[in-house]
Amino acid sequence: MTSKFYKRLFLLPGLLLLIAIIIFPLLFTIRVSMANWNVSHSGLDWAGGANWARMFHDVNFWSSLFRLFYFSFITTTLQYILGFTAAMYAWKGFASRRFFRVLWLVPLMTTPSVMAIVWRSIFREDIGAANGLLSKIGIDPIAWSTQIFPATVTITIAEVWQWTPFMFLILLAGLLSLPKEQFLSAEIDGATPWRTFWSITFPLMAPISIGAIIIRLIEASKIFDSIFNLTSAGPGNSTETPAYYLYTRGLREFQISYGATMGLMYLILAILTLTILGQIFARVSKPRGI
Amino acid sequence: MQKAKKLRALAVVVPTVLIASLLSGTFTTGATAADSGMGPGPKKKAATFAVGSLIDYTKQPYTPKAYASAAKVKDGTQDCSYHNTSMKDYSGQKITVLAPPPPNMGEPMEQHGAMFAKLTGGKVIVQHVPVGDLYPKQQTAFQTGVSPWDVVVNFSNWIGDFQQYYYDIPTKYTSGNGELASMLPLYKGIYSWNGKTKFFGIDADRHFLKYRTDVIEDPAAAAFYKDKTGKTLEVPKTWAEYNLMASTFNGYKPKGQPAGTAFAGSSEITKRDDLMSTAFINRVAPYAKNPNVKTGFWFDKNMVPQVNNPGFVQGLTDFVASAKYWPQGGGNFGLSDEITSYGRGDSLFSYTWDDAWSQSNQSDSPIVGKVKAAPNPGAEKVWNSETKKWDTPAGGVNRAPYIAWGWSSSIPVASKNKQMALDFLCFFANKANHAIDLTIGRTGVNPSRTEDFTTDFWVKGLGWSTEATQSWIDTMNNYSTAKNRVFDLRVPGNGQFMGAIADGVALALAGQKTPQAALDEVAAKWVEILNTIGKDKVKAAYQNVLKLENS
Repeated sequence: MTSKFYKRLFLLPGLLLLIAIIIFPLLFTIRVSMANWNVSHSGLDWAGGANWARMFHDVNFWSSLFRLFYFSFITTTLQYILGFTAAMYAWKGFASRRFFRVLWLVPLMTTPSVMAIVWRSIFREDIGAANGLLSKIGIDPIAWSTQIFPATVTITIAEVWQWTPFMFLILLAGLLSLPKEQFLSAEIDGATPWRTFWSITFPLMAPISIGAIIIRLIEASKIFDSIFNLTSAGPGNSTETPAYYLYTRGLREFQISYGATMGLMYLILAILTLTILGQIFARVSKPRGI
Repeated sequence: MQKAKKLRALAVVVPTVLIASLLSGTFTTGATAADSGMGPGPKKKAATFAVGSLIDYTKQPYTPKAYASAAKVKDGTQDCSYHNTSMKDYSGQKITVLAPPPPNMGEPMEQHGAMFAKLTGGKVIVQHVPVGDLYPKQQTAFQTGVSPWDVVVNFSNWIGDFQQYYYDIPTKYTSGNGELASMLPLYKGIYSWNGKTKFFGIDADRHFLKYRTDVIEDPAAAAFYKDKTGKTLEVPKTWAEYNLMASTFNGYKPKGQPAGTAFAGSSEITKRDDLMSTAFINRVAPYAKNPNVKTGFWFDKNMVPQVNNPGFVQGLTDFVASAKYWPQGGGNFGLSDEITSYGRGDSLFSYTWDDAWSQSNQSDSPIVGKVKAAPNPGAEKVWNSETKKWDTPAGGVNRAPYIAWGWSSSIPVASKNKQMALDFLCFFANKANHAIDLTIGRTGVNPSRTEDFTTDFWVKGLGWSTEATQSWIDTMNNYSTAKNRVFDLRVPGNGQFMGAIADGVALALAGQKTPQAALDEVAAKWVEILNTIGKDKVKAAYQNVLKLENS
């Protein structure tokens, strides 16, 4: 009995920490979402589901979610393709590969908000380097942040540049841990590099790829720094994502209860989406023998 | 066994109590701050600064580069002069100041804070936070009934949200021998709430037109304009004329144009979350502020939002049309971009704060001596929200200058050392410090007092041309006496109301919605905000705005 008691006692610090940093904030957020806490009312009164009802009718919130799906899907796909390609090169080996491995990690080591500011100066339409280079080759300046499509491309470039090294790192680690036997058999059987890739490398890498994609999707769903610094969600609201929308409503305008409501919905949707995606990826990878 | 039982019971009881407390609303935050008193105040000591001495800003404890070249200024005779402050002993006491980062306000707070500490022996801690954090930091602290600061730097348009948390500035500072006695009544009004001074006015602002004289006053440009439009070239009286001139001279090459700089029609603030709503207010003001309507610019007497009335829609339509004449990248300009763009000679016009004016008058500006100031354009028609018809203004043009918010400062009621905070702010704003801050553009301090509105101060002090300076002073005097002015929506939730405007205007500027549809959406959001904050609460606060509008 005493030993059981002490075992539980040892769990207590972890449990208290869990309550302090996860359980309590979550419960508190749920409670706040059912109050009227705003700029002129600071009490935790009872508003029932008013904020939830308002959110379901908030077109801007839902459209920001659709935009997020687009940004997450596009940027993660590009990061995966580029990261995998680079990892394959680094895995197969080429001159100075150690140097390039380190070089590839530089974007990952820079602070996202700082990089976003650097990208902003590159994509400035009046004095930015991007338009400067384009003008050297006779191309008209592009409205990188003031027209809808170029603004979307700008955000995508910044995100892909920043996070492709993450994919590279995970996938390279996966490639280096693959068993050698299948590759030796394929070589003996005279398989072409393309056939070897599709029939051995890619299927073997599926579990690692799924993990890397899921982690990136979780990260991509929080996209904020690049949008805040590059476009301020514009032009119009064409690059506004839920994180930016929440920041504006909740922190800038101090709609605390409404911000809490959107935050919770965002959390629920993220958990649901990523669970479903995880299941789909797992099923898709099964027929290939994984 | 007993211990295990107790632990198990505790594991059930604690979370249950926690959840029950949360659901029942036991965890409430304090909406009103208790007055923590004035603090011990100063002891008396012998003066360490002689009466009427010259103040050398290059030899102060904190001398940033901008102050290093500042001229010597003679100490004043008011209550908070260097001499009078040096007789106050605050040793052992400290105050904390919440301020933005240098240079705007952050730098003078550090500069004068360090000198105040040297003169009095007290300690002034300046806590810098990004400008965007000034509001949420204060709101969070005040709503929970505390204030970690004794002085807060803020904007006057927040008065509706914060006035209940701010200490009333005693009248001795705003009258008699007080440092703010000579502040113009217009600005004293802005810093007051229900007759009580809530802000220690360290700056004052307004929006006005800046135009290039090497176009507007150039005979060749006038001939070009006549040829293109059939009209006479002069300072634009209306926004329609402004747009026509901006479009005509977009791509023109003025005589004094800096080499390698393309010339466009207008540099404006257009970035959604970077003060773009203030540019919009200028654009709509003369179309929607009717001098014969005394029931309000923002709401009517029944608190129906006017933000989508035809006057506002016309202003936004003009704003959208001007997009064709902005410089490259002009669709994503925040305030600092607008200042830089105009200062380097990108455009014919610009029309917001004083900063672009100061920038273009600096000796190192490529367009120095080629810029003059004028009141912002008016409109040839003005909407009457009572008759629901357009009125033709007397004299053909309706003017409605926008007296925009500027930097200010306050003392939280919850501060435990209000006397020292008052003495510090008063020292910050003394005649000598105010004069030197005015001459350094990056401090963010702009003219607000009678003595600031003299040509000599600027011509002799900064080397500005007499003619240009006179145009600027005439503009400011015009605004001070104007009878049809627009003020910020100084009510609780100002940020939300302006945020909704920014959202709507951005949609229209991006072509995602028509001006009417965008402003209809804004009006619907305003109704929602009114319901959330409380219509009566906003209406009561709005009476303060009406007093200013009808003054």
